Order: sequence, then C-alpha cells, then structure tokens
Amino acid sequence: MSEFVSRVSLTVNGRAVSSDVEDRTLLIHFLREQLRLTGSHVGCDTSNCGACTVHLDGDAVKSCTVLAVQASGRAVVTIEGVNGPFDGRSAVQEGFRQCHGLQCGYCTPGMVMAATALLVENPMPTSTEIRLALEGNICRCTGYQMIVDSIEWAAANPRPAEGGSA
Amino acid sequence: MSLVGARVLRKEDPKLLAGRGTFVDDISPTGTVFASFVGSPHAHAMVVAIDVRRALGMPGVLGVWTAADFTEYPDLPGGLADFERPALATDRVRFVGEPVAVVVAEDRYLCADAVAAIEVEYDVLPAAVTIEAATAPDAPLLFPHHQTNAITSVPMLDDGERELERSASRAHLHIVNQRCAAVPIEPIAVLADWNPGSLTVWATFQAPHHLRNYLATWLDLPQNLCRVIAPDVGGGFGAKIVWYPEFFLAPLLSKWTGRPVKFAQTRSEAMQQMTHGRGQIHDVDVGYENDGRINVLRLVVTQDLGAYADPTGLGLAVLTSWMAAGCYRIDKVVTGFRTVATNTTPIAAYRGAGRPEAAYTIERIVDLIARRTGLDPAEVRRRNFIKPNQFPYQTHNDAVVYDSGDFPSALTECLRLLDYDAVRARQVEARRDPSGPLIGIGLSAWLEIAGFGPNGSLEGFGHLASWESTQVRIQPDGSAILYVGSSPHGQGHETTFAQIASDELGISFDRITVVHGDTETVLQGIGTMGSRGVPTAGSAVKVASARVLGKAKRIAAHLLEAAEEDLEVADNAFRVRGTPGKTVSWGDVGLASFQPLRLPPELLAGSLEERLFQESPNFSYPSGVYGCVVSVDRRTGKTTIEKMVLIDDCGTVINPLLAEGQVHGGVAQGIAQALYEEMAYDPQSGQPLTATMLDYLIPSAPDLPEYIAGRITTLCPNNPLGAKGIGESGAVGAPASVVNAVIDALAPFGVEHLDMPLLPEKVWRAMQPSLVSVSASVGAS
Repeated sequence: MSEFVSRVSLTVNGRAVSSDVEDRTLLIHFLREQLRLTGSHVGCDTSNCGACTVHLDGDAVKSCTVLAVQASGRAVVTIEGVNGPFDGRSAVQEGFRQCHGLQCGYCTPGMVMAATALLVENPMPTSTEIRLALEGNICRCTGYQMIVDSIEWAAANPRPAEGGSA
Repeated sequence: MSLVGARVLRKEDPKLLAGRGTFVDDISPTGTVFASFVGSPHAHAMVVAIDVRRALGMPGVLGVWTAADFTEYPDLPGGLADFERPALATDRVRFVGEPVAVVVAEDRYLCADAVAAIEVEYDVLPAAVTIEAATAPDAPLLFPHHQTNAITSVPMLDDGERELERSASRAHLHIVNQRCAAVPIEPIAVLADWNPGSLTVWATFQAPHHLRNYLATWLDLPQNLCRVIAPDVGGGFGAKIVWYPEFFLAPLLSKWTGRPVKFAQTRSEAMQQMTHGRGQIHDVDVGYENDGRINVLRLVVTQDLGAYADPTGLGLAVLTSWMAAGCYRIDKVVTGFRTVATNTTPIAAYRGAGRPEAAYTIERIVDLIARRTGLDPAEVRRRNFIKPNQFPYQTHNDAVVYDSGDFPSALTECLRLLDYDAVRARQVEARRDPSGPLIGIGLSAWLEIAGFGPNGSLEGFGHLASWESTQVRIQPDGSAILYVGSSPHGQGHETTFAQIASDELGISFDRITVVHGDTETVLQGIGTMGSRGVPTAGSAVKVASARVLGKAKRIAAHLLEAAEEDLEVADNAFRVRGTPGKTVSWGDVGLASFQPLRLPPELLAGSLEERLFQESPNFSYPSGVYGCVVSVDRRTGKTTIEKMVLIDDCGTVINPLLAEGQVHGGVAQGIAQALYEEMAYDPQSGQPLTATMLDYLIPSAPDLPEYIAGRITTLCPNNPLGAKGIGESGAVGAPASVVNAVIDALAPFGVEHLDMPLLPEKVWRAMQPSLVSVSASVGAS
C-alpha cells in the first residue's frame, strides 16, 4: 500500500493543505473524508450528475473524476468557500434562495459551483446559454426552470440593492 | 397578513446553499467503518458456494458475512407468505444486484477491494425477465414451491362485454407503461451505531418512525432503544420507503464489529437495488357513441412486481384500478388486475404510484376516440367530464368518492394559455411543408387520489396507521417549536408548516421552528408519501396550533384582565379590541405559561402545548389539465417540446412558490417518462441495460422546456386546510400530454399509438411509409 501514497499540497478555500493520500483517492473523497468538507456530494459513478462540482484553478470540474494527487499544487474552491454580500451568500446562492432553485438540496452545491463559473465567463447569459452550461449537472427535484431563474437573478443582482439586502 | 398563500422564501435554504446540509453520508462518528455488498451478477441462479477467505486476509477488512450468519433473523418484513425476501440471498438469487454477502472494512476503497476478492460460485438458471416470459406455460419459476409466477389476481366480476357490444363503436389499446427508476440524486445510505445500550440509525428514508418500528421488531429490540434519524434526505420519490436489506443489516454489523458502520450506495448499485416504478401492461377497451360520449371502460392491468413482492408494489394496480376513469363520467367501468414476479429489481412506489399509469391510459383512449370520431380532443373531454355540480362523485369503486373539482374551467384555462386555435392553425400549415417539422398538440385532463390519511388507507401498505402527528410547543419567550411526524426530503415542510402555524398562532414566521425526522424527538409519525404532507400533517399543524392559541388567549386575558373574546392576536402580541395600548406580548404569555403564580387557576404550568394525531374523513383528489405542443423532426424523429401549459387544482395553496416547484419537478419526471427514460433489461439474460446515468437518460436542463403554470382552486372538504396535495401531480399529468402531442403530430402517418419512451428512432420508424402498418397496428382493434 505505502508505495502508492503521495504527498499532496494544495490550497482549499484559500487555506494551504498538505496531506498524504493514496494515489487512487478521488478528489471528492479527499475533500469529504479527509478534510471533512461534506458540502460537495457524490450522485453517480460516471461524471454525469455534477453533484461533486468544485472549482480547480477557477474552472468548474467534477471532483469525482479528478484524483487528489492531480490537484496538488493547485487551488480548489468548494461550496464551503463560496460567500458574498447577501447575508454571507454570493449572488448565485442568493438567487437560488430567491427563486426556489433548490428542493432537497443534494445537487445544489454542484449547481452553485457550475453557475458561479458560468457567470465569471459570461456575466449576462441568456436562458438558453444557462441551460447549456448546466448540461452536466442533474437535478431530479426542480425540473430546472427555477434554477435557470435563479441564475438569471444572480446575473441581474451581482450585489445587494442600495439601502438593504434583497 | 396571512402567510398561507404567500410566496415565503424557505427556511431550509441558507444551510443547504452554504454546503452545510447534513445528509447521511456526511455524518461520520469517530471510528466509522464502511460496509459494501457483493451483488449477484446473474438474474436467476442457485448460490453454490461463497469463498471469502481471500477477502478476510486483506488489509483493513473487519469481516465478511453471508446469509449463513443471519439465520436467527427473519426474512425482510412486509412480504407475502411464500414470497419473502431474505436479507441476504440464501440458496437462490432472483435479480441482478441482489446482495449475497457483505464486507466491513476501514474505508470504502478497501471495501471495494475486498468485495472484488470474494468468489461466489453460481449455478445459473433460465430467467423470467418480462411479464410475457414469466407467465408463459413453461416459465422458469422464481418461487418453485408456489408453482406459478403470478402472485395476486383480482378478476373482473363482469367483463362489460354487453355494454361494449351495445355501443356504437369500440376501441382497444394495448399499452406498456414502462419500468422507470426514481433516481433521487442521493442514493441509499445508512449509518448504524450500536452502542452497548442502544442503537442509532441514520437512514435515507421518507418515514423514520415506520423504519424504527419494523427495525426494532426485526432486531428484537424494544423501540425505546432503537432511534432512527432521517436527516437531510436528497430526494425520495417513493424509492426511499422500502425495506432495503442494508437498513436491517447495518445495525447488526455495527453490533458485531463494535464500530459505527456506514453504507452508501454507488449509483450503479442504486440502479439495480433501489426499487423501480411503473412496469404495468394495460389492455383497455372502450365503448362510445358517435358524439364521443363514453359508455363503458374496461381496464385489465398486469403489474410487474420484479423479484419480490413489495407491500407498495402489490398495491399499485389497486390504485390504478381505482383511478381508471379519470375525470370522466362513465356509466360502466370494470377493472381487473394481476401481479407477476420477474427476475428483475423489485417494483414499488415511484412518484404517483399507480395513478400516473391510470391517467395515462384513460387520456390515451380519449384521444383515440377523438381520432376515430373526428372530434376535437378538447371537445371529447368536455362532453365526458364530471360536472362541477356533480361532486361529491361516487366512482365505480365504493372507496373512491371524488371530493371536488372544476374540470371544464381547467380545460378552458389550459386552451387559453396554449392559444389553442392558433396553434391548431399552425399545425395545419406545418403539415403542408414536407421539409419542416410536424406540430402536435396534446391534452391531458388528469385526476389522482392523494392525501393518504383516512383510517385504513395506509395500513394495507404495512403502516401503523394513516393519521399524521404533530406537537406544538410554546417556549418561555413566546416562540414555538413544532414537531411533525411527516419527514420531508425536499418538499419544504419547515417552511410550509411554519406558515400554517404562524397564521393560527399570530407568532411570526421566524419565531417558529419545525422539527422532523428523529424518532427520539418527534412523538410518532407515519411519513411523507402519497401527496399527504399538507393535507394530513399540515392540517394537524393547523388544528393543534388553533388549540394552543385558545389556551394562550386565556392566559393573555388573565394577564390583561380582559375577556377572552375581546382579544385579537397578530405580530407576536395579544391586543384588546378597541382599547389601544392594552396589549401583552406573546413572549410574556409564553413566560407566564410556565409560571404558576401568573396563570389563571384552571391552567397548569406548561399548558401551551398540544399534541394531535390528525385523521382525515376521506382522501383528496388533485386534478388539472396539462397541454403540450411539440415539434417532431421528420428527418430524425426527435421530439422538441415547444410549449408546456400546466393548470393545477390542489385546493388551498400554502406557498405558491413551493407548489409550483413541486409541479415543475413532477412534470420533469413525467416528460422524462414520455420521451427519455426506461429501465431496460436484456430479455433473455436479465442483465440491466441502463444501470448507470450514462445509459439511463435523466434529462438535464437543455432537455426540458419552460413551463407555463396556471391554477384553478376548488377546496377539498375532507381536511381543515382544504388542501389536496401537490407532490405527485406533475408526474401523473405530464406523460399523456406529451405522448398525445407526439401521436397528434404523427396523425398524417396513421399512427394511433406508440409506447413510451418516444425515443427518436421509434418516432422516425413510425413515419416511414413502409413501416407504418407495423406501428399503427399496435393501436388497431
């Protein structure tokens, strides 16, 4: 076993982390089980559902399809590292709250990470662009329309309106 | 201002959006180890030998167990005599994925290594994979001592043939309502911690008390020592109210290893081991007059149960039979059904559970009548609708009395939002252009039975009873905690129940907390299924809160030296009407309720508390009319939904935002059944062909349309809220609207019926002139 263990050093949500991991350890399991960052979830084995989506050097990736050793030397941001001016929530998080973009909440962290990456790339996407950008994230509860509404809300409200929170 | 009916944002969301939800696999007490199961690779086989020696020697492995280690424990609960399912397969496996051995190891990777090292020798048997194969004269038998794969049968007492013959015309459809998988994004997970004195189980479950009761019995443990917690649950859709072996074995593994034991299904395991839904074959006959008026309906259902008889699976065809006539007044309705075991994953409830199948078939046959008579499908529906003044409406089944509804108004509103006449004109235009897509318009006027609450309605499915419980407790600062027996998995109970209580109590929404999902804190509970949350649990909250307010008014009147009947309550305070300034806060009333010196003599300390087991006199019947416009690509057969109009009637709406969310989600699953999803097996080997998300097509955002939602409201007279429930509506109503639209688009090709899912190849084949006779013959009578 021990010959298959490597030292990984990376930043997770802005903090330096260094740890020995088995080479076969998936990034999602490293985050959830070693770092106890359980916000990102596992919903499939085939990179379809996107519940495990995190940012790796700013790109949205499926952390079930990245080995922890591949993240060494890089910067990971998980849902726990997302925040903003809406009572601590980012515009995307607040959009999901305002527009009922979540029900059971299991896919939601991955949806928020995918949507956040989209709005960095394309701050004012059309609803079609939003749907295409979310193709790799599956939600079984909402039927997606309110998720699209949520992201449109976030694009239109990057920060709270003057004189109070939204 | 009343909160019932307001678009209140959810209490649940801030923690879920911050990644601070607590799902079962997120919980890892110190020392937690992992369990993993060896599943059968064969659909039907005898287990000859299991060699666990290599696995036992592997690093991190705490143990391996087979059926031989559980002989002192009974089969899983809820099965029929003769068809019981053992917790681990004993001598015979009956579906691919059926667990035969279990490993416990230090982590899930080591577990997977050990599972791969276990060698099981099988003697493979021929499999009965389909209903047809299982009912053939020489079919392989799943339970040889039973001598047939037919499990239950309810024959027709009268086949309706006389009325069919007497009608001006008759039509027949053979309809396959395909097997689907619920696929909540969180698969099954369980964590069991057997301390020397007691057991705690965290489980992905829709009914924690129900699991506690059965688990304690199975383990021969008093219920006070068996605590079940359903924390945040990542969707359920019916598939998380089933007696999976993992729930029963994990506690024993914890007991034997002295460690907390966790099992979390992979998606591949979930596709094979979580129960599937639907899986019915219908033979439907209808007799009608030339004006479209239906005289007689005969529905014969065959239910595929899969390898074992789940208690809910056995009831699906009952519900289908009950709802066979949908929204229509039909003088003669006859139904019969049988259930059949096959070498496939067991079938149980999936969103709608028996009612989507009924709604789909009646709405297909009504469209067929329209086609054959040349009448407009909307007009055929209108001529056969039960009228608003005909409620309560006694159906063909004594148990089923429709409560209320206004189907003509729902249809009118749906047609208006569809811009029906304009889109019909567009359809005619499109048919003239051989290079452009075909347009189709589909209607679905649906109705379902919901609000499972009348005494006896859930007992037949193995539940303790059919009430739902609540406990309302005022705190010393005048805030309130509600404990509810209905445990949610995405529905938003913490929000809707707080809205109901806030209106009744006059306590603000943010000073009310809803507690659920824990058998140690919630007094008792039944569960969340059958669109019963608001009609039963919500009504319990309303009534119990009103009773607490009655006592609080006595305290307030005592403190204010006023008459109770002069008090009004709002915004966390009691005021004397017409006397400005004479007021006492809910906080002070709450405080006084715990201080004997400040109480009126007839009340004791702690009186501001009420517990209630809410029963319902009858079911509720949500209904609606959905309309769908599709375009079908003539070259590829690909269907695109251009417009989807949803008119729902769920009675009283507590929170329109959440109600609409429930409709959207159900409709998405209904569209998915119509166009994309089928849990398919190789018909010979019984190998699942769609056992991952790569092969089982769950639609993502680009695959689904925008929804245009409308509403009409007729109140349910059978519960104090007037609510009918909304959780299953979309899944009941959507499939027929989509399929009717596609069949309508294909009318120029003479196509009268195609079975779901309407994959492009199937639709394309139906448009090839040389193949038309094949597809059209399905619907011919």
